Formats: sequence, structure tokens, C-alpha cells
Amino acid sequence: MKQLSELKLKVLDLLKEDARRSPELLATLLGVTTEEVTEAITELEEDHIIVKYATVVNWSKVDDEKVTALIEVQITPERGRGFEGIAERIYLYPQVKSVYLMSGAYDLLVEVDGHTLKEVASFVSEKLSTIDSVLSTKTHFILKKYKQDGIIFEDNENDQRLLISP
Amino acid sequence: MIMNEEQIESKNKSMQSYLAPLVRQIPPSGIRKFFDLVSGNKDIITLGVGEPDFVTPWHVREACVYSLERGFTTYTSNAGIPELREAISNYLDSSFHVSYDPRDQIIVTVGGSEAIDLSLRALITPGDEILIPEPSYISYSPITMIGGGIPVGIETFAKDQFKLTAEALESKITPKSKVLILCYPSNPTGATMTYEDWLPIAKVVEKHDLIVISDEIYAELTYNDKHVSFASIPGMKDRTILVSGFSKAFAMTGWRIGYMCAHPELISAILKIHQYTVMCAPIMGQIAALEALTNGMEEKDRMIESYNQRRRLIVHGFREIGLDCHEPQGAFYAFPSIQSTGLTSEEFAQRLLTEGKVAAVPGNVFGLGGEGFLRCSYATSVSQLHAALDRIGNFVQKVKIEG
Repeated sequence: MKQLSELKLKVLDLLKEDARRSPELLATLLGVTTEEVTEAITELEEDHIIVKYATVVNWSKVDDEKVTALIEVQITPERGRGFEGIAERIYLYPQVKSVYLMSGAYDLLVEVDGHTLKEVASFVSEKLSTIDSVLSTKTHFILKKYKQDGIIFEDNENDQRLLISP
Repeated sequence: MIMNEEQIESKNKSMQSYLAPLVRQIPPSGIRKFFDLVSGNKDIITLGVGEPDFVTPWHVREACVYSLERGFTTYTSNAGIPELREAISNYLDSSFHVSYDPRDQIIVTVGGSEAIDLSLRALITPGDEILIPEPSYISYSPITMIGGGIPVGIETFAKDQFKLTAEALESKITPKSKVLILCYPSNPTGATMTYEDWLPIAKVVEKHDLIVISDEIYAELTYNDKHVSFASIPGMKDRTILVSGFSKAFAMTGWRIGYMCAHPELISAILKIHQYTVMCAPIMGQIAALEALTNGMEEKDRMIESYNQRRRLIVHGFREIGLDCHEPQGAFYAFPSIQSTGLTSEEFAQRLLTEGKVAAVPGNVFGLGGEGFLRCSYATSVSQLHAALDRIGNFVQKVKIEG
């Protein structure tokens, strides 16, 4: 685990809020030079701490039918490789959005996207359950996303403040 | 009964005559006047707001909801719930090195505002002169006047970063001087005072036997040096009524919870006024404040860091536009000079509002030394600040071309 400098942590915080903030703006906000910010960002990118600058999309506004499922998967670990090999076999499918190794009643939590319920269901029955070491699966469909990665999808907190106050 | 305008007016006139002359003489608030121009207009970006843009942290709101569920809806002891006074005492000691006994030196009030009113009511004999460094928060002077006191402004200047100097204070002292009101970090200038800045002030206070009301509501919001409480200066604690509250640092303006700390003899007298005026501060707010002090420090620090970032952004922005702007060390206001535009504060603010669609408060409403400046609160989102700075930049350019 890397011990990050305070500057890098602050840069990460600010980019997490809005990845399109320019190095110049970050430098002004943090009271440092643009060069320092650029250098910090380059190092963060090289160390794969910043993995990607992606857009948070509320897909439910684009495609009503689209579904996402969280699937609890129980597996038998492979000798020598533990869970890594199976996790890889699962996450390489493009419809798999995330895979987490979990403590507790099951082993992997797999997030799967599909255009229809049926598509996800058949992925589970045809691809996922058929992997040798998969013992069982439990599929939960997501009905609505309220908040993801700290971002509230429909933020209704209007500014209630008086326009001028002492 | 329906009245025509004339009747209403004559009725109003006669009603005026019932008012106490001291109240009638209070001039209307300059901020209020400006507010009427802005209210209801949605395309305006406002930098005129004197409160945090954060909603009170959820854990604090939740603590209040839970207390309501449990039925905590009663009066509390006049000075406030003992646990909260205890927490305030610990907090002041650990953060600002001033120690007050929660049993007889702290009163929880309805915002810092009540604490200021109580202090002035307790101290003023009609004719007393109350010294107020200006530009200043707008309430001290009217509250002083209601009590029959005479507000005496002490002008402070941008060249001194709006700090109070001993010479300026000394020059305003007369045999009638009684109270000095301090508000650092300052609304509207963002000025702060260091230990070294305070020492000569303390000497003058001692020499002329003044009593000090130190409004330290922005104490948490300092960006370079940590706040130094006037009560922590050697010899000053007994002469000081320390006023503070939860509004600014903990984003709790609407809860109206503040507090005051002073010598037990002052507190016991002030407690009488508090008791007969409001009984106690509302229990819901007190419970929320206790939660803020107990579990809210991390969130508070996060908010302060965020103000600091926006402070740098707005100061940088004003300087790019070509407006002189001293670096505010505290609170959440920038106070740029608009003298280079050739407009008065009032003209600038009015035209910025109508032509540039940005609301900010003209400096002259804050008293001596405020003319030529504009108070801009940066407690608003980075994107709004950006847009506001763009608009101000365009407006200033337009004014300069015309000029």
C-alpha cells in the first residue's frame, strides 16, 4: 500500500468530484503551482491509482428496459490460485460490470448488465452457473439506483438560503 | 375593512408615533434594502449569502430526529443542557486554550445574535460609548442604540488587512468609552488577529478599563494561522465576554444555537435577562449541537478545507479581473476593492446586479472603511463561483471601457 502525499490525496478528492477539472483550476484551489499538480497527476496515473476518467451515467434515463443484477456466487477455490482464476473467468465477460471477493455467506459479488431480464437470466444460467467451480448463484435485480460511488443520482437539495443575508 | 392607500398611510403614520424614539431612529438595514432588489430572481448568481452552502451534516440532523422520537420536547435548564455546556467547555479548552466552568460560566443562547444582545443589554447604561471596529457585521450598532448606547466606529484599512490597531483604538477612546466589540475572523473583511496583533490591543483595553465582547463565531474558519481567542490573551479573560456558536463552523445557521462565556458574576446577571426573554434555547437545537461537538469534527474540517479551496479561487479570480483583493485569512468572505472602476460601492453593486446578474453586498453598508469595497461570500459551489467571476470580469471590463 502506498503512503500518498497530502497533495495527491487532495487532487484525488477534487477529481473524484469532477474529473474534468483542469490542472490550472486544481492548482488555484489547492494553492500550489500547476506543475506540482501535473506532476502529481502523472504519478497517480503511472501508479494506476488513477485508473480511468470515466463518466457516471444514469442509464435509467437512456434505456428504461436495461437491467442490472447483483449476483451472489458461491465457489470452490482452485488449488494454488484461490479465487483469482475464477474471478478472472467471470470478469472477462463484457456484460460483467464489477466483481468483488466478499466475506460472509458467499464468495463473489458479480454485477451484470443486460438489455432485458431474460438476457441477464440466460447469462447466469448459461455462462456463470456452468463454470465448474461455481456451486450456486443467487440473482438480485436492481430496481432503482439512488446513489452510486458517493454520487446521488437525483440530488434534490435545492439551495434554500436567502439570496442576501448578513 | 378595506382601506385605500391614503388611509393606510395615515394609519401607519400614527402607528409610528407609538414606537419608542430609540427604535424609530434605527436606520433600515442596508443589506435588507439590497435583498429586496434580488429576491425572486432566478438568473442571478448570489455571492451575498452570509451562511454556509452545506446542509447540516446528516448525523446531526438525525440526532435531532431521534431526540424528537424519544420525546425530548421540553424546556431545558436556563443556561442549556449540562452535557452541551460541558462539551462546549471541553471544546473551547482544547481548541482555543480558554477554560470556562460549564456550571457557572457558560450560557447556551439562541444563536450568537442573542448572546450579543444579552451582553450589550447587560452592560450599557444610556450614554455609554461602544467601540466597534469597522467595516463590521451590521447588527452591533443598532443593538447598541436600542440600549441607549452610542456606537463609535473605528475605521480599519485594507493596507493593514483590516486589522484593528492599538493607535486607531486609542484615538477613539473618551471618558465614556465602556465596551469594545471585536469580531475576528471578520465579517465582512475576512481579517484575523494573531497573538502579536492582540497584545497591544489588550494593553489599551487594560489601560482604559474596557470590557470586551468578542464575537468569535468564525473562529473555526481560519486558513493560515489558527484562531487566537481574545480571552486567551493574558489578563483578558475576566474582561471578555466570549460569544460564539454553531452556525458557521458546523453549518447550522437555522438551528439558532450559540453560546456565551464570561466571568460568573457577569454570567449570573446575564442569565436573568436570558431567562426572562427566552427561557432557554430550543432543546432540539441543543441536542443537535451536542452531536456536532461530539461527532462532527471530521465533517467540520472537511468543510473548512473546501472553503479554503474556494477562497483561493475567488481571490485569484478577482486579481485576474484586475480588482485589488487582500487575502482574507478567515470567515468566508472576500472583500475586493472596486475603487479602480470609479464607481461607488452602491453603484457597483446595483449595476453588477442588473447588468451582470451577480448579487454581492456593497461595502458601505458595513460602516466606516467599507466604501469602495464589495463583500462577496465564497460559500457557494465552485461552478457558481466560476460563472460569477466570469460575469464580474465582463462587467468590470465594460465599466472600464465606458469610463
